[in-house]
Amino acid sequence: MTELTKLTIAGARDALRRGEITSTELTDALNAAVDGGDKLNAYAHKTPEIAARQAEAADARLKAGDAPDLCGIPLGIKDLFCTEGTASQAASRILDGFKPQYESTVTTQLFRDGAVMLGKLNMDEFAMGSSNETSAYGAAVNPWRGEDGVDLTPGGSSGGSAAAVAADLCLGATGTDTGGSIRQPAAFTGITGIKPTYGRCSRFGIIAFASSLDQAGPMTRDVRDAAIMLRAMSGHDPKDSTSADIAVPDFEAMLTGDIRGKVIGIPREYHVDGMPGEIEALWTRGTEMLRDAGALIRDISLPHTKYALPAYYVIAPAEASSNLARYDGVRFGHRAKLAQGDGITEMYEKTRAEGFGPEVQRRIMVGTYVLSAGFYDAYYNRARKVRALIKRDFDQVFAEGVDAILTPATPSSAFGLGAMKDADPVQMYLNDVFTVTVNLAGLPGISVPAGLDHKGLPLGLQLIGRPWEEGDLLNTAYALEQAAGFVSKPEKWW
Amino acid sequence: MSIDTDTARRVAKLARIRVEDEALPALASEFNTILGFIEQLQEVDVEGVEPMTGVTPMHLKRREDVVTDGSQPEKVLANAPDAREGFFAVPKVVE
Repeated sequence: MTELTKLTIAGARDALRRGEITSTELTDALNAAVDGGDKLNAYAHKTPEIAARQAEAADARLKAGDAPDLCGIPLGIKDLFCTEGTASQAASRILDGFKPQYESTVTTQLFRDGAVMLGKLNMDEFAMGSSNETSAYGAAVNPWRGEDGVDLTPGGSSGGSAAAVAADLCLGATGTDTGGSIRQPAAFTGITGIKPTYGRCSRFGIIAFASSLDQAGPMTRDVRDAAIMLRAMSGHDPKDSTSADIAVPDFEAMLTGDIRGKVIGIPREYHVDGMPGEIEALWTRGTEMLRDAGALIRDISLPHTKYALPAYYVIAPAEASSNLARYDGVRFGHRAKLAQGDGITEMYEKTRAEGFGPEVQRRIMVGTYVLSAGFYDAYYNRARKVRALIKRDFDQVFAEGVDAILTPATPSSAFGLGAMKDADPVQMYLNDVFTVTVNLAGLPGISVPAGLDHKGLPLGLQLIGRPWEEGDLLNTAYALEQAAGFVSKPEKWW
Repeated sequence: MSIDTDTARRVAKLARIRVEDEALPALASEFNTILGFIEQLQEVDVEGVEPMTGVTPMHLKRREDVVTDGSQPEKVLANAPDAREGFFAVPKVVE
């Protein structure tokens, strides 16, 4: 039998149901692995007591029979999800000490199905970042290392989730994705991550960054596990008016691996300047794999791709400046110590200066600027028009019969922690060049590990699907996964 | 469009984030880098395009107009940095 911590969700589920293992054994093994993984800084808050309690309850349910897929499965939860009574602070000092009095809908559904929570996972502050370095907890570290042994970023913002899944510190994790925050870290750590269609998962109880772009999704060892976990996370929620009242299919049952006759679009605009030859080569290999599996390959054009990142860096900060206005030192989290004579304005200003890190402050202020009188039309309204054009590009290729679109997931493999320290903020934003279009258009996108670069680091390919057709998308990803045969794991050094 | 330190100061004020005077030039410079990047949007022909209001076409659901929640002041105040007698407490706001 495979070592307990290395099991897939599907493998653990089957072993639990057959009574070969108990959730308590599995959870003990994972709790020990979590404690042994402190160098990775993946967990910001560990919850071994909660995990033990949930595992015991899961074992009782399993014994009684008829337990859901996730019953007894130990998961990590991104710190962005509010979990009742457990610290949930979006990796920000401004939410220091915050313990929600309520549970996010996604975690409610996971726990309803019997999932076990090992702890809260590190991330970029308020999900703003691509390297985990904006976290108030310090950066999570990628379990993968290059030959030089330098610490690498696990990507961001769901970097703790990615590091934990890749290093076997949980069987799966929740992530969230506003511009690529599930797919980029998944690619950097050799795991699978899917951002579903906007509206598939309820946003209730997920600390908001940019509400028109934010979506939760699973980060897992493989496509089957993503299908299992996504099903449990999805569904309509009256507490989120943008969550769709659309039936959630059994995604796992749709994994046949048969993609004969499917039309896969290859968008020419994704050949960006300065893209490493290895990424181009991987993309070509992925295209060949899908063709060999019987798919029809078609060159397509998404002409407004170039404008996706600039549009995103208007819309996301604008929404963030509004969403983050609630952190004022009155109702929750940090309040600055005030000097004699300080009034309420000083309290707001000092609290926010102390509580928010530099990147979050920058985005709030950029958002404030683009929404301010005189610039609203020139920036914000124009960006929303460009967003409509980006979505129209996708609508058109889907209307012409394209089933899914294949692109690279990231423009490079994982880079060193600190490597971007002196770069201007825009350089970091370029990490999301292939993923951000998908959020702007509200589409489902999945990153699948597909190979290693010359440094021995994982690289991912992204598949983009039609709205609400995650099942079909997962099946195409499954075919790609089988053809790519990616089985590499990082060597344990932590 | 270029942002000077006065504009940076004004934006920080609007955002209610204290920025010390000596930090303003660096902040203005970062704004200019980001706004320079955003400036590309001016190239796009958006004639006749409606600004996107929702990415997935759907009608907002309506619910019964009834009270579904409330009467839990302890929970509401549980995380407050300063709560007294069932209220959030803040520095004096009127002289």
